[in-house]
Amino acid sequence: MSMNQGTEFKKGLQAGISIAIGYVPIALTFGLLAKTTGLSIGETVMMSMIVFAGASQYMSLSLIALGTGILEIILTTFIVNIRHFLMAASLNEKVELDRVFNRIVYSFGITDETFSVAATQPGKLTTGYMFGLNLISYASWVMGSGIGFAIGAGLPETLQQSMSIALYAMFIGLLVPSMKQGVKVVFLAALAACFNTVFTMTEWLSTGWAIVAATLLSAVLVELVELIKKKGKVTGVE
Amino acid sequence: MMIIGMGVVTFIPRMLPFIMFRGKELPPFLQGVLKNVPYATLGALIFPAVLYIQEDIWYGVIGALAAFAVAFLGANVIVVVMGSIAVLSAYSLFF
Repeated sequence: MSMNQGTEFKKGLQAGISIAIGYVPIALTFGLLAKTTGLSIGETVMMSMIVFAGASQYMSLSLIALGTGILEIILTTFIVNIRHFLMAASLNEKVELDRVFNRIVYSFGITDETFSVAATQPGKLTTGYMFGLNLISYASWVMGSGIGFAIGAGLPETLQQSMSIALYAMFIGLLVPSMKQGVKVVFLAALAACFNTVFTMTEWLSTGWAIVAATLLSAVLVELVELIKKKGKVTGVE
Repeated sequence: MMIIGMGVVTFIPRMLPFIMFRGKELPPFLQGVLKNVPYATLGALIFPAVLYIQEDIWYGVIGALAAFAVAFLGANVIVVVMGSIAVLSAYSLFF
């Protein structure tokens, strides 16, 4: 690791503050729900530590409550989280070269939120940055789950309600500056949003697959259009 | 047991690309697609889920518009998050 990994780590921590703000209310609620579902505090905190994936953890609680089998719960978790494969493949192109061990460690921390923050960062991503970003997100998630279970309550109702916008506001806050830079980003996001709406509204696909399919379709289509435009220019010159 | 299983199947898709594509130069087209992925993902993550954060659909609409407005003015992401929380707190006070 180079000398400036320390500052890079701090930069990562700072970039993760908005994720932590968004995670805390969701984690508190998760802890509370886990308690009412009948998990012990150890199981609750361990799930947040080992799985670290909000949507699938919530889903597992409702499946446990329904008395679903272990294998089915694990399979559902896999399907919900397979979208991270696409995100990891995209990040792999953007991170600095480093020992494979470090990369595997920080890949554990890839969530919708940490990915979004990291991927919209300009330039290459350093290992220090990735560790900082993931650590603050992970800590807020794990501690929030434990505290939610222990105090048996979330935030006050009105605050909880207003804070449910936090992660979406963060996604918008990450997207808008890139949209200003080029119409391509606008197309990518709008197209994926449209596809996702169609897939979920028609119930063709479950939420996890809908995000994967919408993202891939939009990313490939926009790239194809760009390729055709480039070819057109080349033949135009000839 | 179940928790460990969930952890393993969550970790595999996150980790695999870093091993599979390590030090490999992917074809330019595929690289282009992967560069597009973040923006497409953001679009799909925001919409339509933002409409369903509360039973009142306007909640998501107003929150998203507030976030968009603050972000468009060039504010930092944390300011965007705080701003839309503030706007929604005001909204739930009055409605």
